[in-house]
Amino acid sequence: MAKTLFEKIWDKHIVQTIKDGPSVLYIDKHLIHEVTSPQAFKGLEKRGMELFRPQQIVATVDHNVPTIDQHLPIKEELSRIQVQQLIANCKKHQVELYGLGHPYQGIVHVIGPELGITQPGMTIVCGDSHTSTHGAFGSIAFGIGTSEVEMVMASQCLLQTRPKTMRINVEGQLNKGVVSKDIILYIISQISASGGTGYFVEFAGSAIRSLSMEARMTICNMSIEMGARGGLIAPDETTFNYIKGRKFAPKGAEWDKKLAQWKELYSEEGARFDKEINIDAASIEPMITYGTNPGMGISVSGHIPALSAIEEKEKGGYIKSLSYMGLQAGAAVKGKKVDYVFIGSCTNSRIEDLRMVAAFVKGRKKADNVEVWVVPGSKQVEQQAIEEGIDKIFEAAGFHLRQPGCSACLAMNEDKIPAGKYCVSTSNRNFEGRQGPNARTLLASPLTAAVAAITGEIADIREFI
Amino acid sequence: MSKSIHTITSTAVPLREENVDTDQIIPARFLKATSREGFGENLFRDWRYNSDSSPKKDFVLNNPIYKGSILIGGKNFGCGSSREHAAWAIKDAGFDVVVSSFFGDIFKNNALNNFLLPIAVSEDFLQTLFTAIQKDPATELTIALPAQTITLNNTGEKETFEINHYKKTCLLNGYDDIDYLLSIRSEIEKFEQTHS
Repeated sequence: MAKTLFEKIWDKHIVQTIKDGPSVLYIDKHLIHEVTSPQAFKGLEKRGMELFRPQQIVATVDHNVPTIDQHLPIKEELSRIQVQQLIANCKKHQVELYGLGHPYQGIVHVIGPELGITQPGMTIVCGDSHTSTHGAFGSIAFGIGTSEVEMVMASQCLLQTRPKTMRINVEGQLNKGVVSKDIILYIISQISASGGTGYFVEFAGSAIRSLSMEARMTICNMSIEMGARGGLIAPDETTFNYIKGRKFAPKGAEWDKKLAQWKELYSEEGARFDKEINIDAASIEPMITYGTNPGMGISVSGHIPALSAIEEKEKGGYIKSLSYMGLQAGAAVKGKKVDYVFIGSCTNSRIEDLRMVAAFVKGRKKADNVEVWVVPGSKQVEQQAIEEGIDKIFEAAGFHLRQPGCSACLAMNEDKIPAGKYCVSTSNRNFEGRQGPNARTLLASPLTAAVAAITGEIADIREFI
Repeated sequence: MSKSIHTITSTAVPLREENVDTDQIIPARFLKATSREGFGENLFRDWRYNSDSSPKKDFVLNNPIYKGSILIGGKNFGCGSSREHAAWAIKDAGFDVVVSSFFGDIFKNNALNNFLLPIAVSEDFLQTLFTAIQKDPATELTIALPAQTITLNNTGEKETFEINHYKKTCLLNGYDDIDYLLSIRSEIEKFEQTHS
């Protein structure tokens, strides 16, 4: 029977299947960070156990690290303790750690791909829901909780029930000013923040195939925001060219062997999906969110849905959400003044994102009413930006180029958006309080964020390029 | 943490909100602990307390007429971040069961791994529960894991819920997945020899 890409990888990783129960899924790579691992290490120690396969784990610090003065001790006590705990745990259990100051440190979902750790056909997990990012390489990658982190540490396996499969085909040419972030925000606005729950989603179609690896990562990254367990894209020449030559990529004869395997990773003709959705790329416009879940998105030149367009039983939540955001049903968003612009996070902090912003910003200056933070995804991205002179462009524009970390995406460190302030953010979640208590987040692409930084308001990038 | 779940009879706390994400259940700034304990005090922190830490009177957890070990939420409960701290916080605050019409996938697994039973009921039955509890906060529910049923005690209205046989056995007996995975280590090692 014709198999989907997902089924090919899944089947190859099944150790056994429990009768009337889940399967034992083997995990190739396990990424860990400071926030969701300490209790797992503690749990193992309580059982008096060693890590089963420490060489298949890679650790970094990202969630709570400061993004300025990283060479100094972390000021915030609890964050410092958490980071020190990870350092101690990794040392004790012989886990490779890219800590603060290391040239490979960065957001876990940025460093995996850029180091060539992420490869097609793998199973990859991390105690972070945006692990779905790695699916861009044609791998099964998903977020797990800390008990599951402990399970993988103990056995390199997880007990998993096979999710349903969905394919989303995006066919055709993208419009001017529309980038991958707009594609995924559009998809979520169509199927809702829960429309993918229970599914693993394959993104396919000519518009997806035309994207760079960075752009594909943005799409897979946000598959969790429609509730999907993960997202993946069949690997192709774009994928192979990206991986080749990276630090941990296969070399020599091993490369040839792996490449031959990777070329088999696609959904076969006639493979059956539990659900299939077709999207015309031409119908996608630059997007922005106006509410408190990522499904509440519209075209930047559009209007917030009128109350009459909302189903009766959804009205209460809708009113509450708009009230939190300080926005009116039926109103336009274009022209709305903003206070902050955040360019960063595992969704959009890669070199291509920074280049995209720099290309637009070059020779321009930020508006006086906005503060602009650019937080590179990794030390390598930061270094590359400096080599390309992107740092100078940002400086001249009045942007702050900070140091790598998750930063204001989840505001676990000091990078918080003040209460009541509006932030156009390239991150992935606009939940209440996500960027700081009572902060108001408007999710958008790096291009839409860049134009907001320059104009000081929500603007349509198409009118500027 | 109470290990094993069998039958629970209790009043319930109705949280009539949809898409309750794990950032609401426990905001990121409270994830800095390195142990599993104590998260209950910050459960629903920003919905439950003002910025000066005084309780918000209109939030359901601050209303003394609602109590019990069952939390009922609107659809898509536990979406968003994978933080297991969300399940720890709910359990730590004294809940053993969360009822919704459906759950975020990662949250559901995290709950099960902490002996916090997530029960998905139909949208209609969920509304029936909300209405019954609103009318009478003393309304009791009975959850019987062996029979996989959830019952409104005063009217006898009931629904069955899904749970896979393996997980049910784990919850009834207090087993966890690690116990199982450790028991098959030699099989995992054998698998590794041919896996590339």
